Amino acid sequence: MTSPLLDVRDLSVDFHLPGRPPGHAVSRVGFTLQPGEAMGLVGESGCGKTTLSLALLRLLPPQGRIVSGSVKFNGRELLALSEPEMANVRWKDISMIFQGAMNALNPVASIGAQISEAVRRHYSFMTPVEARTRTAELLDMVGIGAARAGQYPHQYSGGMRQRAMIAMALACSPQIVIADEPTTALDVMIQAQILDLLDRLRRELGLAVIFVTHDLGVVAELCDKVLVMYAGVTAEYAGVDEIYNQPRHPYTQELLKAFPDLSRPRAALNSIPGYPPRIDALPPGCRFAPRCPAVFDRCHIDQPALHALTPEHLAACHLVESES
Amino acid sequence: MTPALRLVSLKKHFAAGRAGFFHRDPRLVHAVDGISLEVAHGEILALVGESGCGKSTLALTLLGLEKPTSGEIHFEGTDVTHLRGAALKDMHRRIQMVFQDPYESLNPMMTVEEAVAEPLEVHSLLKNSAARRTRVIQALEDAGLKPADSFLDRLPHQLSGGQRQRVVIAAALVLEPTILLADEPVSMLDVSIRAEILNLLAEIRARRSITILFITHDFGTIAHFADRIAVMYLGRIVEIGATEEVLRDPQHPYTQALLSAVPVPNPRLRQKRLILQGETPNPIDLPSGCRFHPRCPVAEDRCRLTDPPAVPLSATHSAACLLVED
Repeated sequence: MTSPLLDVRDLSVDFHLPGRPPGHAVSRVGFTLQPGEAMGLVGESGCGKTTLSLALLRLLPPQGRIVSGSVKFNGRELLALSEPEMANVRWKDISMIFQGAMNALNPVASIGAQISEAVRRHYSFMTPVEARTRTAELLDMVGIGAARAGQYPHQYSGGMRQRAMIAMALACSPQIVIADEPTTALDVMIQAQILDLLDRLRRELGLAVIFVTHDLGVVAELCDKVLVMYAGVTAEYAGVDEIYNQPRHPYTQELLKAFPDLSRPRAALNSIPGYPPRIDALPPGCRFAPRCPAVFDRCHIDQPALHALTPEHLAACHLVESES
Repeated sequence: MTPALRLVSLKKHFAAGRAGFFHRDPRLVHAVDGISLEVAHGEILALVGESGCGKSTLALTLLGLEKPTSGEIHFEGTDVTHLRGAALKDMHRRIQMVFQDPYESLNPMMTVEEAVAEPLEVHSLLKNSAARRTRVIQALEDAGLKPADSFLDRLPHQLSGGQRQRVVIAAALVLEPTILLADEPVSMLDVSIRAEILNLLAEIRARRSITILFITHDFGTIAHFADRIAVMYLGRIVEIGATEEVLRDPQHPYTQALLSAVPVPNPRLRQKRLILQGETPNPIDLPSGCRFHPRCPVAEDRCRLTDPPAVPLSATHSAACLLVED
C-alpha cells in the first residue's frame, strides 16, 4: 500500500475551561485516509467528532489544545508547521464544510462575490476576472449554474446554499474535504441530492472525504470505512461492511439498533439508556461502561486498548480482546 | 365509531403580497389545498412530506391558529370549523401540540413545574394548588420523568435534550387532550434517544388512547411507530395507507422517490437511488393537471391535463395518480 494521504496518530485534544478540570475531548485517536477514500466519522453529539475535525485543520477554539499526536498530510507533519504555513494547507490541501455554515453566508453579498472572495484570499495572484471565471466553473461543478452567481443568499433555497458552501470548499482544489453534518436539517430529497453531488465530486476529482455525521444511513451509502467515536475515544474503526455487518464494539451494535432501517420495517427500535459522560468527569475504566449492556467488572477498572481483530478492523473493548 | 378527527376538503390559502390597484386579486399560496381525512381514536397517523408541502400549515389550522379558507373540521363528530370564544378555547384544550425543538420551546427561566402547569393556568383549570400539583406530577410521570418530584424544581438547562422533550410532552398531556400533534418531535435529538421518545409516545397512546398526528419528513422515524402514513405534496395527500402498505408497496411515484431517497444503513443494500431533481415548486403557481408532473419520472401527456383523483387500492390504501388507475 502506498503511504496514506492523511495519517493521524494518537491525536489528543484537551479543553481548558476556567474553574474546571481539563476536559479530554479527544484521546489518542488515529486513522488514515487514502486519496479518493471516504471515511465516516460517527458518534453521538459531544463525542468529539467536530473537535477532531477542527484539530486536523488546527482551527480549535482558544480553550482547546492539541496535547499530543501527529497529523501527517502527504508525509508532512502539520502539527509542526508555523501558522502561515498551516494557513497554506487549509483550503488548498484540506478544506472543510462547516456544520450549519450555509446559514452563515453574508446576506448582503452575492453568492458569486462570496465565492470569488474565497478564491482570491487563497490565490492572490488571480485577477478579479480570473477569480470570476473560477467561480463560474465552481458553480457549474456543484450544479448551481454560473447564471445564478449574481443572486443573494435569500434567493437560494437551503439545498442551494449548501451547494454554494461545497463550491467554496472546493475553491482551491483540495485533496481532502471534511464535511461536518452536510445534510442535517435538509429534507430527505435535498439530502439525497447533496450526497449524490458529494459522491460524484469525489469520483470525478479524486477527493478524499471525511463525513462527520450521526446519520448511519449516510455513512452506509457513501463511505469506504468508518471511525466510531465515543466520549473522545475510538470505539471501533473498520471497513464499512464490517461496521454494519460484523460490529464488534457494543456501542457500535447499540447505535445500529437505534437507527431505523426501512429495509427491516418490523425490527424494534432501540434506545441507549443514559448519556455520554462529561469530558471533564470521565469514568475510570471504559468510557462506555456505564451504558454498556455487556459490561463486566474489569470494564469499570481498566480502559480497554484498541485491539486489532484484523489489520483493518480495530475495536476498543475487553470482550473483543478476550475472544481473540 | 365516530372518528376523533374528520377533515372535509380542508383548504388554507394565504395571500402572497398585497392586493393593489392594479392587482385586484392577490396571488394565492395554496398551502393546504383540499385535504379530506379521517383519523380514529387512538390512532397514530404520520403526515410525511418535504418542506413546503403544507404539513405544518395543516397542523396550525387544526390547532385553530389559522382559520381555514374553506372545508370543514369535525372533532369527535362535531363541526368545529367556525367555533368562537369559549367553545373554541375548550376545543384548543383537547388538541395539543409537541414542537420540534425542545431547546427553543421551553422558557429558560421557568421551572419544570411552572412550565407544565402553565397550560392549566391559561385555561383556568384546577385552581387548587394541591390538585394542580397532582395533575402536573401525573403528566410528568406519564412522560417518563420519574420520580416526578425530583424534576419539579429543575430549570431547562439542568435537563438533557431527551428530558426536555419529555417536559414538553408533559406540558401537552397536562390538559388531557384527545389529539396530540407532534411536529418532528425527535429530529433535534440524538439517534440514541430518538427511540426512547418514540416509544414513550406509543406508550402514551396505549395508556390514554390518545390520537397522534405525527408530522415528519423522515420515513425512518415513523416506520416502526405509525399505524397509517399519509404522504403530502403541495397541499394535497397524494397517497395514504396502512404503514406496511405504503412502505412495502408504494404506488404514487412521489412516495416511491421519497422512500428511495432514504439512506439504508446497510452497505450491502446500496442501490441506484431515484433522486428527483429540483425542489418542490412554490405553492403559488401550481402546475396544471397533476401537480407532481413536472418532477415525476414517469409522467405522461395526460398528467399535464388531468388532476388525478384518489384511487382506492385496498380498503385502507389509496393513491392520487393517473397511472395507478390502469
